[in-house]
Amino acid sequence: MSTDSPNDSAITGDVARADRIRNRHARRLLFTCASVTVITTVAIFAVLIDNAFSYFYGVTLHDAILGVTFEQQVSFSEFLTGTRWAPDHARPAHGVLPIVYGTLAITVGAAFVSIPIGTATAIYLSEYASPAVRSKLKPTLEVLAGIPTIVYGFFAISFITPLFISPLGNLFGHHVGRYNMLAGCIVVGIMTIPMVSSISEDAMSSVPDELRNGAYALGATKFDVSTKVVLPASISGVFASYILAVSRAIGETMAVTLAAGFQAQITGNPFDEIMTMTAYMVSMARGESAVGTVEYQSLFAVGLVLFVMTLTMNLLNDWIKRRYREEYQ
Amino acid sequence: MIQTATETESCDNRSTRPDETVLRASDLNVYYGDDRALRSIDMAIPERKVTALIGPSGCGKSTFLRSINRMNDLIDVARVEGELYFHGKNVYDDDVDPVALRRKIGMVFQKPNPFPKSIFDNVAYGLEVQGTTDDVDIDERVERALKNAALWNEVEDRLDESGLELSGGQQQRLCIARAIAPDPEVILMDEPASALDPVATSKVEDLIEELAEEYTVVIVTHNMQQAARISNKTAVFLTGGELVEFGDTNEIFENPDHDRVEDYITGKFG
Repeated sequence: MSTDSPNDSAITGDVARADRIRNRHARRLLFTCASVTVITTVAIFAVLIDNAFSYFYGVTLHDAILGVTFEQQVSFSEFLTGTRWAPDHARPAHGVLPIVYGTLAITVGAAFVSIPIGTATAIYLSEYASPAVRSKLKPTLEVLAGIPTIVYGFFAISFITPLFISPLGNLFGHHVGRYNMLAGCIVVGIMTIPMVSSISEDAMSSVPDELRNGAYALGATKFDVSTKVVLPASISGVFASYILAVSRAIGETMAVTLAAGFQAQITGNPFDEIMTMTAYMVSMARGESAVGTVEYQSLFAVGLVLFVMTLTMNLLNDWIKRRYREEYQ
Repeated sequence: MIQTATETESCDNRSTRPDETVLRASDLNVYYGDDRALRSIDMAIPERKVTALIGPSGCGKSTFLRSINRMNDLIDVARVEGELYFHGKNVYDDDVDPVALRRKIGMVFQKPNPFPKSIFDNVAYGLEVQGTTDDVDIDERVERALKNAALWNEVEDRLDESGLELSGGQQQRLCIARAIAPDPEVILMDEPASALDPVATSKVEDLIEELAEEYTVVIVTHNMQQAARISNKTAVFLTGGELVEFGDTNEIFENPDHDRVEDYITGKFG
């Protein structure tokens, strides 16, 4: 072949075109895979809205748009401000506050367990632990993170409540049942410790050693260095770990259902049974209520509230990351 | 530095006595694992003078510097044998607390390492960890430290800004201010100007000469001209962690005893 033949140079011709087509196919395949997550998210959100509409108005949103007549059966003001939640009761009530309270009580209570213990664990791992100790403690935390949540639920029912919370309740003169708020807080708190500790530790380990040396050279103790240099320098990552742990606690289902119970009520007594939004959804989804009834459709309304709460936490997480990011040279 | 008569007396006439020794190494050896980084160093470092440590890379000069304030303690594999006296007390004695020692001996590092805090908080950090709680006192001492570090005029109206916003040269002077704010006796400097441009370098050099009026300065440098310009005493380390020659800077640079030192200084090797 002569060198000036157009087929001989690879910049044009069949070979180059085949390459281009293969490249395009690869890109489309990868894009399709990546878009699965986006499509799923949008679809879930759409289904939630569509069905939540039918909880309030008796028909789904897409039916309403297509012209099916409807009238409101549950008012927004009752839903958002009512203090009794019993959509499946003979005398139904649709105030979502008791189960939102249940979820928030568990979340806040769990944060009181996971944030101090998780942060302290992270500081210990990052600043104090010898390599030998760290190489044992880190895998243990990973195991803790890998235990199925239902097992944590058993753990609460068969161990935390009878051995610790019952005697404690008796001490204060309260009878403690099988389910109680405190057990839910403790068990969800323990579950989320590894989340706080491992993400916080990553953030602390990425603080440059120059900063530690600078502080040590000024006569700082290890505790000064940990709390006044490393922790502030890694604060965006540490906060992110808190938000993730809180999001996890909000959405946590099996452990909290088994630990805290099914009694929707607003109570300040930690030995009382409460119901979280997720626990309600578990009991409703496996119950006898027929698909399409108001009590069944309440699932979607509660799901939507839950979705909005976790979405808020995600947005907060992004904001904190931007707000507190520290730049090192 | 102008001192009142009482201050001079209370300082035991330190400034009037020539070459009072502050730090003295005696048969000091440092090992990293099996590697011997320093070989039986004997050296007496005079008070309120600039002592330069020079030598090729890996000769042990930084190791020697870090052994003075026991920063080598932070390296797991480092091991020290021999004695290093600070005002006659061996800092490697069991009853010496390295944290307390470092409060007397400040340090400035090669790469500027301000904390991700405000300019003010950077300088106040040493005072805080050393237990100063009086806000007025802290304010005064931060201002004085920034003035002594020749940085005050550039930052006085933005003390709340992050220390990381400053230029490299300003950051290094901030680190110097941070080191002198708690008023240590000795300041160790590990190639403090090597990451800076020539203008910033000359500012830091001027500053070091001024600091020597109040503090004992020990500086590691790769830059022979720098050592010649700013130091009173020079120690030349050569490969293998040996201290080959130690004496007045003029002597070392004009008429060294050892051919190897002369070769190094004139750039024949290194």
